[in-house]
Amino acid sequence: MKILLIKNAIIVNSKDIASKPQDILLENGRIAKIAPSISTKEAEIIDAKGKLVLPGLIDLHVHLRTPGQEHKETVETGSRAAAKGGFTSVFCMPNTNPVIDNASIVESIKKEAQCVGLVNVYPVGAVTKGQKCEELTDIWELAQAGCPAISDDGKAVHNSQLMRLALEYSKMAGVFIIQHCEDPCLSHRGVMNEGLVSTTLGLKGWPEVAETIIVARDIELARYLKARVHFAHMSCGRSIELIRMAKAKGIPVTAEVCPHHFTLTDDLVRSFDTNYKVNPPLRTAADVAAMKEGLADGTIDCITTDHAPHAQEEKELEFDHAPFGMIGLETSLALTITELVEKKVLTFPQLVEKMSTAPARVGGLANKGEIREGLDADITIIDPKKEWVVRKEEFASKSHNSPFVGRTLKGFVETTICGGKITYQA
Amino acid sequence: MTEWTRHDLLNIRDLSREEIELVLETAKSFQEVSRRDVKKVPALRGKTVVLLFFEPSTRTRISFELAAKRLSADTLSVTAGGSSVSKGESLLDTAKNIEAMNVDLIVVRHAASGAPKIIADALGPSVINAGDGCQAHPTQALLDLFTVKERLGRIEGLKVGIIGDILHSRVARSNLWGFTKLGAKVTLCGPPTLMPRDVEQLGVRVTYDLKEVVAQSDVLMVLRLQKERQQDKYLPSIREYARLFGINKEKLKSAKKELLVLHPGPINRGVEISADVADGEHSVILEQVTNGVAVRMAVLYLLLGTKSKADGEEKDGSAVS
Repeated sequence: MKILLIKNAIIVNSKDIASKPQDILLENGRIAKIAPSISTKEAEIIDAKGKLVLPGLIDLHVHLRTPGQEHKETVETGSRAAAKGGFTSVFCMPNTNPVIDNASIVESIKKEAQCVGLVNVYPVGAVTKGQKCEELTDIWELAQAGCPAISDDGKAVHNSQLMRLALEYSKMAGVFIIQHCEDPCLSHRGVMNEGLVSTTLGLKGWPEVAETIIVARDIELARYLKARVHFAHMSCGRSIELIRMAKAKGIPVTAEVCPHHFTLTDDLVRSFDTNYKVNPPLRTAADVAAMKEGLADGTIDCITTDHAPHAQEEKELEFDHAPFGMIGLETSLALTITELVEKKVLTFPQLVEKMSTAPARVGGLANKGEIREGLDADITIIDPKKEWVVRKEEFASKSHNSPFVGRTLKGFVETTICGGKITYQA
Repeated sequence: MTEWTRHDLLNIRDLSREEIELVLETAKSFQEVSRRDVKKVPALRGKTVVLLFFEPSTRTRISFELAAKRLSADTLSVTAGGSSVSKGESLLDTAKNIEAMNVDLIVVRHAASGAPKIIADALGPSVINAGDGCQAHPTQALLDLFTVKERLGRIEGLKVGIIGDILHSRVARSNLWGFTKLGAKVTLCGPPTLMPRDVEQLGVRVTYDLKEVVAQSDVLMVLRLQKERQQDKYLPSIREYARLFGINKEKLKSAKKELLVLHPGPINRGVEISADVADGEHSVILEQVTNGVAVRMAVLYLLLGTKSKADGEEKDGSAVS
């Protein structure tokens, strides 16, 4: 394997940003050496002068649509999108067709991802067979096959008894549960946030309480069982309040937020542009502010994308009929820089915490999330000042259902390195 | 006088008070056409109007068709089945096919909120929203305003009660804008389960006390109650709804003498309104239907007729007088 040498690297870890440039030697898939000046003949040299060098970004929430919906995304196109967005590891959700609810599907996705070889793909197994919320999957076998987590994402495990059993059993199996918080009775047929805008537009509301009820219930289950719950794509300020209280009491819960939930509001649905239709839905300006506060004070651990590709013809429908979801892998870093770092909500080390270090910790990826000798050679080199315009034609993803098309964003991925191999170069 | 500059009529929310008044004044001038022996003026001669209905409707479709025909436009009525998903052709494909045949205006009714806007945003011809999901039914609100103004001489200062299933009503969502923009005070009254969240923020009052609304109102707009609301569990029973919110002669005892009772139709006699009220002295339900033609003539004329003037074509509008 080729040896890579990154010269003049300003290293950003979650704890700090280096005051002086250093060289980083990557060998055999590991970070072999970090020193003020390294010279070696056989290495390929990457000059990172003027750039920032981050531990490879990790996304705990991605839909690769494989198997069964390869017209939206494949492991290959999703991997390219991830690498272009600066990601070196992604967790892919099980709401595929068939559902990722047995070990053989997990193995086939892992194999395909290894063949593509651009990003570490960690399949997330289903909590219940067929995601029907009726019986548990073979959770231990899923864990053995390589699932670091299980989730019924797209739906909640809404049956409280089943959730209790899943939490107890998954502790033994060594996996954690990612909960999609949505009480299906309360959100029934809802297509956008319930409130002034849904009332004005005559669209069926998906009320915040459908999310907060599951958050509150799972906090209680986590407390009672001393079991860990990770809350996916939080959208409501009230959820953040509940999680803040739970964390203060030492209850083992963690949470993530997506860039669209700290950037966009339900007011945008007035356009009836289905790229704004997402689950959970875009909420109010107060919720957006609460997301930023939760990120800044540590209540929200991670930023994830909920990258949800859909074909153009699937999205070009009436708002009621279009599927939920937007792509996010290629805009997440720049949105975080533009909306949070530039606006002084987060510092660059905090960005690294939310997009790499915490996801590695929450996801149980022991050798990732930091630039340190001996850890995996997963590295993202960015130009923090470069501005670029999001263009539909330039997405590496197979789909281009992004509401951010046309926006000028700051922060640009120059090079992505995964396992010591260059997987993307601008 | 205000100039009409809009290309489409999608909702009342976006209209100014002056624009609404312009439609009402124009409708007034068209009113007598339908009373003539020869019920036709050449205002829209050579124009093609397509009625694209994705949801069944009798009254609104016939009203638009008559309005267009009395203005000498050619009309074509298309009933497209169900949702675009079940049909296998998307909404936009259906609309683009109609556009490709060089039509001038498309009247759209659709079960999904926003569908007419999606068509208007993508297509060249003018679009009139003839009812979309629970969002808007602008010509219904305009004909209601017209009817009330005809009868009471004004809108400003009137007290208007809208009674029933507000949550699912595009008629309520259009009328609350129309009446408040023209200076009336609107009160919504219905079961709490059928009251949309935060609706007070739209400048209306909400109450569950029908008695109080009846006593103070100049206008009562009674909404149709869909029987499905009981199956959807919004209501314990239709019977209890009728007892609490159904308008009957007994409940109108405390009403003002001049009270007008409106209903957008079709009526569920014995549910939201009793027969003796629907056919009684306060009811203007059939006048609404009559006025609907004049109002729709006005809207068609403003969207198409004034455009041809701007294009330097023959001033067909003179034929009205």
